[in-house]
Amino acid sequence: MTLGFYPGCSLKGSSREYAESVLAVAKAFDINLEEINDWNCCGATAAHNMNKELSLALPARILSLAEKQGLTEIVVPCAACYSRLTVTIHELSKDPALKAITEANGLEYTGSVTVLNIVQMLDKYITPNLEGRVVKPFDHKVACYYGCLLVRPHEILKFDREEDPQTLDVLMLKAGATPIDWAFKTECCGAGLSVSRTSSVGRLSGKIIGDAKDRGAEAVIVACPMCHSNLDMRRNEIDSYLGEKVDIPVLYITQAIGLALGLDRKALGLQRHFVKVTV
Amino acid sequence: MLEHTEVKVTHCYQCGKCSAGCPLSEEMDYPPSVIMRMLQTGDPVLEEKVLRSFTIWVCLTCEMCFARCPMSIDIPKMMDFLREKSLNEKKANPKAKEIVAFHKSFLDSIKYTGRLYEIGLFVDYKTRTLKIFDDLALAPKMMKRGKLNIIPELIKDRSGMASIFRKSNKKNKN
Repeated sequence: MTLGFYPGCSLKGSSREYAESVLAVAKAFDINLEEINDWNCCGATAAHNMNKELSLALPARILSLAEKQGLTEIVVPCAACYSRLTVTIHELSKDPALKAITEANGLEYTGSVTVLNIVQMLDKYITPNLEGRVVKPFDHKVACYYGCLLVRPHEILKFDREEDPQTLDVLMLKAGATPIDWAFKTECCGAGLSVSRTSSVGRLSGKIIGDAKDRGAEAVIVACPMCHSNLDMRRNEIDSYLGEKVDIPVLYITQAIGLALGLDRKALGLQRHFVKVTV
Repeated sequence: MLEHTEVKVTHCYQCGKCSAGCPLSEEMDYPPSVIMRMLQTGDPVLEEKVLRSFTIWVCLTCEMCFARCPMSIDIPKMMDFLREKSLNEKKANPKAKEIVAFHKSFLDSIKYTGRLYEIGLFVDYKTRTLKIFDDLALAPKMMKRGKLNIIPELIKDRSGMASIFRKSNKKNKN
């Protein structure tokens, strides 16, 4: 089976291991992920903070390219890209005047593309066959962290619950883990302020890691490259906020599933993390 | 506001849930519910204060306020509108200098290459803010782990990208 694939910029750079693990898990289930040719950046936080038109035109180009390539379902592992693409589909379908944006840029988009985040993709195509394929149960207490953009705004995404989502927890349960009940599932990690206001990120991500630790988590499971880079690469700032060194690793959902499937640790990119993956 | 975003500030009855749930409200000069009240008054002096506030820039659009608002007011969408307006009218709060610089560097990076070039972004951001030493130690660690590309990923249709930026910037001088 072939699905469309929009990696987004992070997965080609600072979150390379997310792409590696997504592709490895998909391959294990004979799913071919076909990259959208010549895709561009979705514009991320910067575009929607500065220029509404640009924040719709950039994702519109991606959707238009996917359509041209004959892709109807595209997998978007980055929660922020997923949010921008879904919001764009919503806005374009709602307001005919916005179609002017696509037309002005010579883009054709009829609205035939469906966007799947990684959890939806796993849920739809992998979960039904997962249990029989688990060779090395991920037997650890895990804190499933969803962050903001995977579940909000619910009015547009219509995915899971806004404040106590369950899909990642159910997936990890099937992979042999024990998901814990905790308070910071959907609290913001600091996201786009990582570079420009690192102190805020230390505080926000510190609270998340602190709660996971207090409740006995052995790993934090994420589905967003921004969440991962803040919780993993910003561990110095987190440790100084918490006043102690916390070495709980942060794994992408696809890395954890990959481990349960018995895939090679290097193929899942576990060696690329700042906080050593000991689970 | 209503005309541009369909966000109805008049529907807010000041329950304060947005401010209570906002992870950034302690760093803001006015918490979200106060911003709502200031806009409700229709007083141009207060509107000016909103446009010059630090709040609109430190807001991360995490969407928690919208999720909890009993009147389903899309506060994050309103924040996007206020940021763009503040920028166009050159009223961005001086405390937000680094935040705005980062966004500008980010957009500049994708304008030329089509995809984010992280090294280019850092160099551009550091030039804008003169924060040369911040995060400098991070680069070699990222490099060692294969997390930084030396060469940017260039898309083929770069003129198409440039055109999207040109057209979107017509109304917006930034």
